[in-house]
Amino acid sequence: MATLNSQVNSQSAEFKAKAEAMQAVVADLQWQISKVNSGGGEKYQAKHLARGKLLPRQRIEQLLDFASPFLELSQLAAHGMYGMDIPSAGIICGVGLVQGRHCMIIANDATVKGGTYFPMTVKKHLRAQEIAQQNNLPCIYLVDSGGANLPQQDEVFPDKQHFGRIFFNQANMSAMGIPQIAVVMGSCTAGGAYVPAMADESIIVKQQGTIFLAGPPLVKAATGEEVSAEELGGADTHCRTSGVADHYAEDDEHALLIARQCLANCPQTSGNSLARKDSLPPRHPAEEIYGIVGTDLRKPFDVRDVIARVVDDSQFDEFKALYGTTLVCGFAHLDGYPIGIVANNGVLFSESAQKGAHFIELCCQRNIPLVFLQNITGFMVGKKYEAEGIAKHGAKMVMAVACAKVPKFTILIGGSYGAGNYGMCGRAYEPNFMWMWPNSRISVMGGEQAAGVLTQVKRDQLAARGEAFSAEDEAAMRDPVLAQYEEQGHPYYASARLWDDGIIDPAQTRDVLSMALQASLNKPEQETRFGVFRM
Amino acid sequence: MIKNDMLKSVLIANRGEIACRVISTARKMGIRTIAVYSDADAQALHVKQADEAWHLGGAAAADSYLRADKILAIAQQAGAESIHPGYGFLSENAEFVAACQAAGIAFIGPDTHAIEQMGSKSAAKIIMTDAGIPLVPGYHGDNQDPDFLQQQADSMGYPLLIKAVAGGGGKGMRVVENSAEFKTQLAGASREGKASFSNPDVLLERYLVQPRHVEVQVFCDRHGNGVYLGDRDCSAQRRHQKVIEEAPAPGLSDQLRKAMGEAAVSSAKAIQYVGAGTVEFLLDSDGSFFFMEMNTRLQVEHPVTEMVTGQDLVAWQLKVASGQQLPLQQADIKLQGHSCEARIYAEDPLQDFQPSTGTINYLQQPATSEHVRVDTGVIEGDAISPFYDPMIAKLIVFAEDREQALAKLDRSLADYHLQGISTNIDFLRRLATLDDFAKADLHTGIIEQHQDTLLVPASLDAATTLALTCLAQIPQAGNAGMRLGQASMLNLTANIGAEDLRINLQMSTSYTATVTQTDAEDQVINFTGQRNGNQLSLQLDGKTTYASFYQHGLELSLFTAAGKVQVNLKQAHVDDYAQGGAGTEGDIVAPMNGSLIACMVEANQQVQEGDALLVVEAMKMEHTIYAPSAGTVTEIYYQVGDLVAADAQLLHLEVEEA
Repeated sequence: MATLNSQVNSQSAEFKAKAEAMQAVVADLQWQISKVNSGGGEKYQAKHLARGKLLPRQRIEQLLDFASPFLELSQLAAHGMYGMDIPSAGIICGVGLVQGRHCMIIANDATVKGGTYFPMTVKKHLRAQEIAQQNNLPCIYLVDSGGANLPQQDEVFPDKQHFGRIFFNQANMSAMGIPQIAVVMGSCTAGGAYVPAMADESIIVKQQGTIFLAGPPLVKAATGEEVSAEELGGADTHCRTSGVADHYAEDDEHALLIARQCLANCPQTSGNSLARKDSLPPRHPAEEIYGIVGTDLRKPFDVRDVIARVVDDSQFDEFKALYGTTLVCGFAHLDGYPIGIVANNGVLFSESAQKGAHFIELCCQRNIPLVFLQNITGFMVGKKYEAEGIAKHGAKMVMAVACAKVPKFTILIGGSYGAGNYGMCGRAYEPNFMWMWPNSRISVMGGEQAAGVLTQVKRDQLAARGEAFSAEDEAAMRDPVLAQYEEQGHPYYASARLWDDGIIDPAQTRDVLSMALQASLNKPEQETRFGVFRM
Repeated sequence: MIKNDMLKSVLIANRGEIACRVISTARKMGIRTIAVYSDADAQALHVKQADEAWHLGGAAAADSYLRADKILAIAQQAGAESIHPGYGFLSENAEFVAACQAAGIAFIGPDTHAIEQMGSKSAAKIIMTDAGIPLVPGYHGDNQDPDFLQQQADSMGYPLLIKAVAGGGGKGMRVVENSAEFKTQLAGASREGKASFSNPDVLLERYLVQPRHVEVQVFCDRHGNGVYLGDRDCSAQRRHQKVIEEAPAPGLSDQLRKAMGEAAVSSAKAIQYVGAGTVEFLLDSDGSFFFMEMNTRLQVEHPVTEMVTGQDLVAWQLKVASGQQLPLQQADIKLQGHSCEARIYAEDPLQDFQPSTGTINYLQQPATSEHVRVDTGVIEGDAISPFYDPMIAKLIVFAEDREQALAKLDRSLADYHLQGISTNIDFLRRLATLDDFAKADLHTGIIEQHQDTLLVPASLDAATTLALTCLAQIPQAGNAGMRLGQASMLNLTANIGAEDLRINLQMSTSYTATVTQTDAEDQVINFTGQRNGNQLSLQLDGKTTYASFYQHGLELSLFTAAGKVQVNLKQAHVDDYAQGGAGTEGDIVAPMNGSLIACMVEANQQVQEGDALLVVEAMKMEHTIYAPSAGTVTEIYYQVGDLVAADAQLLHLEVEEA
């Protein structure tokens, strides 16, 4: 293999300035994450603990294997939404190892609004299930939730991708042979009652877990019957009488051990047989990515310098290195596994798009997972390019990406604008996982371009009427557009709305990719069938 | 008939390190080696090293290595010309020697007559007195007249001991410092003897104040030659078991050395001794020495003599047994440098040296060289069974002088890493570095005298232990413990300093361990360090500590300069949580693998707290199991004679409600 001889001058003023800027956004990200990690805050956590319950993160730590990585999803979900703090959307989801197996863990955080489901909570829960289904990962639900957030019922209940979909997914994953284990560690009311009821196996903690379609107040209102929560739907009722739960746990720790045992009793299914070599670390420190990339999207960098700090031993065999040079394609290994990398190194031209389509076909043919490193302003525009058919060439790449059935991973390492997002396996193209770096931006086009388009249209309208467009008027129109694009294109805004699976520290890219790649290999290899390529 | 041709084959009627030791020399000399083995030793090192190996019988020594008939039958079948008995087992069994002779197989050792004479302590003493070898002075006669006894005492010298003839356990025993107090003490001893044993008679013996155990290696051939190969000090003993031996015995004048050597050769010649023998003396602080006994075989500690003489004593044995003359005359035997040997035992010095059984999961021996020798019969993966002597290995070092030899012994012991069973390695290191030991202030009670210093657990401060434990737990995988946007983390529970500590370890370029204890403030320890395979280097509070480790299941052994530190890990997942505990309060379990040799109770018997219930024997030691509380024995699960595994439930006691 070819070694990327990626020397950077870490002492240069430019490197230092970029590194400092990136460090600042990474530090802010870490601060935001540390905030959401304390869930509903000290007061609600203390109350929760006083009940003899473990906090949701403690539960996850207990459930995971020793030293297991935990690939948490969308830590900043619901960030800045709803006019109040709903840290992580009140639900902690992620992939970790249980009994040596990659599992999807979905844990309600009862310290956040009683663990009730806001629209983003539902979306995050469904996304976690989608990942589990796409990657064949057993699901472990640590249930402690009051069900739908009633004031938001129109946004969580009726639609296709709303609450009901949780149980639809459980049923269909179970049908596919993907284990569904529920641990009832708190309330499980109304619709929530179906999480344990629909599970393959369920565990309930005595004096803590309750499962019922209607809680005591509703029962009293409906029938006049007076009954305690424990009597109505506690562990004894469900393990001894109703059979809604299967395993009786003394406390949270016990319940989590039983959950581990349930997993131990699910034989490992055969996954993707992708061969693994010895893993070798990159030859250059990951932290140098900060100074290479920086935060100013207008400052270009050679994406090979990033690749050299992510892949095994900085070995990268480039494909068609001399053709369509604005798209870098090539083979590498990540933590021992072969991968194909598709990375932007400038605007997409017809040649780059064709090269990308070709390379994606190669990887599908060979069952090599694909990693997309997005930093794309879009496809080239202009008469010459339209005339040479850039739309059909771009379409080839989009076709290849859309149909590719090998595991796909997308990371936004810079800008993600317009159709470039599609060709580079944006969210709509169902990458197994997708993350953003904190310096990245995502929107249909850049804020400048959008403002330019809007002001141009306005100027043309006014000109048709013979009116002038003053500089003040133009600025008044332009500034809000710029502000809107900056706000909505920011990774926090994107991640809050689950347009991705989380924002990651660029220095953690390799570890994150490794975990995700291994998780994806739980699904047997799929054959790719492409549609009609416009030639 | 004396043959002069070198023997062509030898059967080694032994096991363990000594069998390997004999095989090694015999193979070098081109002699075919035949091993024998018991059921327990089918995969043992001596079996693998020999040219051929024959099955002997069951695991118990009585069914295998003590079966003279079977060994002889194998020797004949295998066409062995000779039998080397090693030490222990049949090495000093006159009947076996006679049987070998009758079968026409050379026994590598002395004749029956020498063994018989030295085997009987009283006979040996008479022979030695006749040969003019000094014995501990005393009066053992019938004349109990006080004046006569006083006269005897005065001629014997003080201090002396008056012992009631029927005495025991220290009763009726008096130390007399001078002539003036003799009669008073005599009367006291006599009274006590009468009161306790209905016999007022006493005997007198010179009281040796802190005597040393010094022995002389002798060698004789069938041509009338006899030499001594210097002496050894084996004073460091616990329960009459030698633990560190050295050659030459330190601090002896040339004159004394010569006198002891010559006395030893005279003793051997007095019984027409042939082969390797050891004459053991007690050396009094005033330089007088007294015959104790003669061992008619190769001693465990022979390697220290080999180191300082440059001779191979097994080769000498084989040559003498072949009828050859001794390789060297007395004048040619030169001593050089100093050698020490430490006996590594499978035992727990802190539990009264109780033998330890189990599997050696991990064994890393110090690098051997011309000056560092390890004689052993075990390899990693071997089990230490309750059937035989618990010695695992002998570590022998050589240096120019005693100080350097002791330093080398300590270093080499520090590099002897073993996991799976308890060993006395740390105890040996403490003994080797003891001030009095360094000053050669030796006597047979040295271990007892210094037990407060010697019998303490390896001391490594809690923070260092904890940090090393954390480092050892860090998996090699790149994304172990990964958390997004935060430091990677590990959670573990470790038992350190008898406390279960819950540790959260944050890992970035440095490490932060937050320790949660019940009833105490959280404690935070910051450190840096590296793990490379099983090697650790730790930087904590400005100090670098190196260690290596081995982990077996949840048992972590840290090998540090301060000794082996055992840490029991408790990961969050104790997978039998749901199954409940192993036993209940009333279950009495075997403390170790062994055999049940006595049962003092019957079913439905009432017992009081502290009553003896059962006796389990392991490694030649008896362990009595007492009732932990008052109650009724409801069931006994084994019978006397049964083998029991460690932790096997032996008996159920229905505990009385308090």
